[in-house]
Amino acid sequence: MTAEGLYEEIVIAGFGGQGIILAGRLLAQTAMLAGKEVTYMPSYGAEVRGGTANCMVVIAEKKIACPVVGRPDSLIVMNKASLNKFAQRLKKGGLLVMNTSLIDSEPQLDESIEIVAVPADELAVELGSQKSANMVALGAYLQKRGYLSPDAAAQALADVLAERHHKTLPVNIAALHKGGEFAQRHCPV
Amino acid sequence: MTERGQSSRGGDKRVLMCGNEALAEAAIMAGCDAYFGYPITPQNEISAYMARRMPDEGRVFLQSESELAAINMVFGASATGQRTMTSSSSPGISLMQEGISYLAGAELPAVVVNVMRGGPGLGNIAPSQGDYFQATRGGGHGDYRTIVFGPSSVQELADCMLLAFDLADLYRMPVMVLADGILGQMMEPIVLKEKPRRDLPAKEWALTGAEGRPQNIVRSLWLGEGVLEELNCTLRDRYEQIQKNEVICEQHDVDDAEIVVVAYGVAARIVCAAVQKAKQDGIKAGWIRPVTLWPFPIEQISKAADELRIFLVVEMSNGQMVEDVRLAVSGKAPVVFYGRPGGGVPTVDEIFELIKQLTLRSKTPI
Repeated sequence: MTAEGLYEEIVIAGFGGQGIILAGRLLAQTAMLAGKEVTYMPSYGAEVRGGTANCMVVIAEKKIACPVVGRPDSLIVMNKASLNKFAQRLKKGGLLVMNTSLIDSEPQLDESIEIVAVPADELAVELGSQKSANMVALGAYLQKRGYLSPDAAAQALADVLAERHHKTLPVNIAALHKGGEFAQRHCPV
Repeated sequence: MTERGQSSRGGDKRVLMCGNEALAEAAIMAGCDAYFGYPITPQNEISAYMARRMPDEGRVFLQSESELAAINMVFGASATGQRTMTSSSSPGISLMQEGISYLAGAELPAVVVNVMRGGPGLGNIAPSQGDYFQATRGGGHGDYRTIVFGPSSVQELADCMLLAFDLADLYRMPVMVLADGILGQMMEPIVLKEKPRRDLPAKEWALTGAEGRPQNIVRSLWLGEGVLEELNCTLRDRYEQIQKNEVICEQHDVDDAEIVVVAYGVAARIVCAAVQKAKQDGIKAGWIRPVTLWPFPIEQISKAADELRIFLVVEMSNGQMVEDVRLAVSGKAPVVFYGRPGGGVPTVDEIFELIKQLTLRSKTPI
């Protein structure tokens, strides 16, 4: 993927409370600060903790026409229900980042799809904050895709994290980096 | 507190905002003195944002007990010459129609935002374009019009708020901004920047205390013989002027197109992507995007229909704007409709396939 032709459609999905919306917003903010065009669309149904949540992010060098993602280039799934719901929509040659802490099965996907299997909850727990699993997964995704770095996301985090949660900035930043390192070690580009 | 007409948040910086918050901030920038509203999904971010920001700016925020109360508070504030607005989503906008008709009758400026959801009835909270008829045909009772904007990006949503307040004051009438659930919820980078503003006459009709001048009366009841007819004729002349001067419409690659797709709002974004795909496929496709839904770009569409080409209208409804396109095309070209109602959102591929099919049997009557 050249920077010139960058047009990346991403779906992030999981259950309510996993920080799906925050991960999407952070991705969008990071892309904007890097001077890219971006659209971010959250699901806005009656989502509650434990229900399903997802968001669609489109990142491109040029103006983005459609903010609604039908077939994503990349999919980040944080639980099994989301994997079942979205995996079949992935484009050929796409990227699946899945949270193996909560997904125990191997998905049946087209051979061309690359899988980054990250034990996001476990890695987050190692850092002392299970809630940061979303940041681990996002860090792994960014490292793997390479058009933005986990560090760029770390720098944008304060913009999207509500001020009352700013005491969690260090652990979330560590989680972004930890996800990035995991991807680098286990699934090199 | 900032001066009216300014906002402490404006500037040249790109900021990531959702449509609902962006339009709210733009309203503050436009000098909105008072916001009245009642909660409903998918536009709650507007009132939440206003609740926080309006007091900061030394202005009025009030959560009313109902939509009826909100629109009548708008009537009252507007009668005193203040810039005022309300927002709601489809079922709530229906409740406001009486008040909107009274605003039109009393020649009062106001901005009403409708972030549309699926209907009829309480429907659902998914994005929809099902209120086009209601918005562009007045909506309430009586012989009146409202100016209607159908923006298709967060930036345009913000920009048209500035214009909406100006046009409401200039023509002394309610102006509606018609968005939908996607546009309200989605985030895009925008620049909140002042735009050139219209020259506006002083509000000599406003109720400001009659000290040193004759009494002003604001009302929509005109019982005297011929008085209402005279008002209606004044309004008619004003509406004609608006149709002449205020149409905004985008056209892309229409000149050599064998198919022209017409869409507004978020549907136009999907159409834009589908047309790009069709062009890569060698199809001569163009598209037209009305930004003002009333006044409707009749001339632009009529002109495009002078050449033999197919018109495809795409909406998130069972077909409403398509009637305006048919009126504008006036039998000169075939007009085909494709819609997804009830919260359905057409995909790029659906539209692309349709464009392919239609151009295969181009030049034969449909």
